[in-house]
Amino acid sequence: MTSLETAANPENLRRIAIDPVSRVEGHGKVTILLDDKNKIHQVRLHIVEFRGFEKFIQGRPYWEVPVMVQRLCGICPVSHQLAASKALDAIVGAKHPTPTAEKMRRLMHYGQILQSHALHFFHLCSPDLLFGFDSNISKRNIVGIAEKYPETAKRGILLRKFGQEVIRHAAGKRIHGTGSVPGGVNKSLSVAERDELLKDIYQMVSWSREAVHLVKELHHKNPELYNSFGAFRANYMSMVGMDGSLDLYHGRLRARDDNGNILFDGVDYNNYSELIAEEVKNWSYMKFPYLKSLGAEKGWYRVGPLSRVQNCDFISTPLAEIERREFMAYSGVMPMHAPLGYHWARMIEMLHAAEMIKDLLHDDDITGSELMATGERGFEGVGVIEAPRGTLIHHYRVDENDLVTMCNLIVSTTHNNQAMNEAVRRVAQQYLHGHEITEGLLNHIEVAIRAFDPCLSCATHALGKMPLEIEVLDESGARLSYLSRSGDGSFCA
Amino acid sequence: MTQSNSFILDGATIPYTNEQTIIQAAMAAGVYIPHLCYNPEFKPHGSCKLCTVKIKGRQVASCTEKPQAGMVVESNTKELNDERRNLLQMLFVEGNHFCPSCEKSGDCQLQATAYELDMMSPHFDHFYPDRPVDASHPDYLLDFNRCILCSICVSASRDVDGKNVFALAGRGINSHLVVNSKSGDLADTGFSANDKAAQVCPVGVILKKRVGFAIPIGERSFDEKPISATPHPTVKGA
Repeated sequence: MTSLETAANPENLRRIAIDPVSRVEGHGKVTILLDDKNKIHQVRLHIVEFRGFEKFIQGRPYWEVPVMVQRLCGICPVSHQLAASKALDAIVGAKHPTPTAEKMRRLMHYGQILQSHALHFFHLCSPDLLFGFDSNISKRNIVGIAEKYPETAKRGILLRKFGQEVIRHAAGKRIHGTGSVPGGVNKSLSVAERDELLKDIYQMVSWSREAVHLVKELHHKNPELYNSFGAFRANYMSMVGMDGSLDLYHGRLRARDDNGNILFDGVDYNNYSELIAEEVKNWSYMKFPYLKSLGAEKGWYRVGPLSRVQNCDFISTPLAEIERREFMAYSGVMPMHAPLGYHWARMIEMLHAAEMIKDLLHDDDITGSELMATGERGFEGVGVIEAPRGTLIHHYRVDENDLVTMCNLIVSTTHNNQAMNEAVRRVAQQYLHGHEITEGLLNHIEVAIRAFDPCLSCATHALGKMPLEIEVLDESGARLSYLSRSGDGSFCA
Repeated sequence: MTQSNSFILDGATIPYTNEQTIIQAAMAAGVYIPHLCYNPEFKPHGSCKLCTVKIKGRQVASCTEKPQAGMVVESNTKELNDERRNLLQMLFVEGNHFCPSCEKSGDCQLQATAYELDMMSPHFDHFYPDRPVDASHPDYLLDFNRCILCSICVSASRDVDGKNVFALAGRGINSHLVVNSKSGDLADTGFSANDKAAQVCPVGVILKKRVGFAIPIGERSFDEKPISATPHPTVKGA
């Protein structure tokens, strides 16, 4: 952990705020405290949103929960619906959902991984990666990509669209469907729906593979930047399949230290609370989870694609496995810790998702009619899923009248809280230290945050330009300089 | 003995019998007049006012008003639809109608009527009343947050089931649905899953437990066609 979390004497320092951070979901801000020589003393990523779902879900009937909690997010609602459904399977006693139910849920999930990863890479991050972090702001967006790299932009849009169509067929709607319910699903694929998706899936696999190659090339062309930008060492955690494979839907928890050594493995996620605790800091609404065995200081960790691809033993689909091996060979003996490595790992996952969709569409169970399972009524359930951004934990208790009495959600971005703060601090040290503030330099901070694809992102995914205000104040609070960016991307000082 | 005759509704000739009200004759002819508290299986009482029509400049509830030969009735006009929309907006803000997580979404007459009348926003400030659900009954749940005081359940329980499980209590803005038990809980009434009252709620108040979102999107009552084009625009199963 860097020492830049809290300045020793903040009272005489200048404060710069990036508020809100752009091209990420929701509202977060970065504050930086500097002295007269622009030496950095404190950097914090604050998450200033408050949702309250854990409270207002209480007193509601449990069967309403998967549809209600998915409203947490407009990008990855399927993750919340599935995590809640898995948790509530225990309430209806569905220990083993039917093959059709599990495969429909997986289809829905891989559709979401595909669309979310495509959206993040092509719409949000490719402008930074293809044009440069401090390139011309007027071109650094998806429209600029469409002008200079029309084929890349087209593929990004169509990959995302295909993922959304998979979700629509599996859940009833592209966003906020109802397909997954406690105990199973409410529909399977019709033959016509399956055939419609089969028409395009081979193209999607091919484009996903080329997207991996695109990111790989960026790493190979500029290893100095990609291996060091905002790099920090961290523990990492994810769910892996029962056989050690990359499994984004179901499995056991595994964590490794910053050298890649196993910290724990094969842990039943129902026992998550024995492993993870959350620290509260007075400057952020978002908690800071850590591994209990290591304590808050050393136990923070990273989740998401970079963790998952390095944490699993293998990937079950052939093309993604080839890419995983190349990724692991590139990083060498030690795990890759560079935040920009997230993009590479994310594209490998997108390829895996496309391959999984292809396999599921060829599976007869996907058009089956056994949709629901039941069993002995339960009163408590935990559901864990690997959402696009990382490990997602839902935990509920339900009373004898079927109403929810307790809800605990640990979402992916929360796991990454300390890690994102570390990345921001590294970048501030590497690039802002002693320099005049420019829009391009501030974008370096945002590039580091975006690499994690934090789930603060649904608000700005489409447009990619959030209003931004930067103020430099002297020790008395008087404004020394000011820069603002409007919603249309124009700047004024 | 019935006598056939006709009246004019928005320029169309509508035949009627002596027993029919305006809305009954219109529905029989396939013409939609917005309504919420009217259910063809029960005696109309003209309380929601959604079905208000205009006859010779006078506004009347079409669910209780009988037609006369040659009568000219206005219904689908901007003026009346604007007023209907206002009534809907007031219903939405008086309760807690969170369609995105409501299992009746797609099967709800309030929601379908709001779509029909192009209600784009609630317009008024929300009341956000505190109305805990009654989950005491083993088979059914009452979510009072969504009650629009149509009193169809009151009629069904009283007139068909002979139980008087439901009633409207309070007056004016304080009117609310209650159940007939000392504890105030549904579990302590004679309500059962076979009751007519269990089948008639046009919104999401009286719900069979553990069903939730069993009907997929695309197969719900109003997924394919608006309420005005649905053959029997009353609650499913009524």
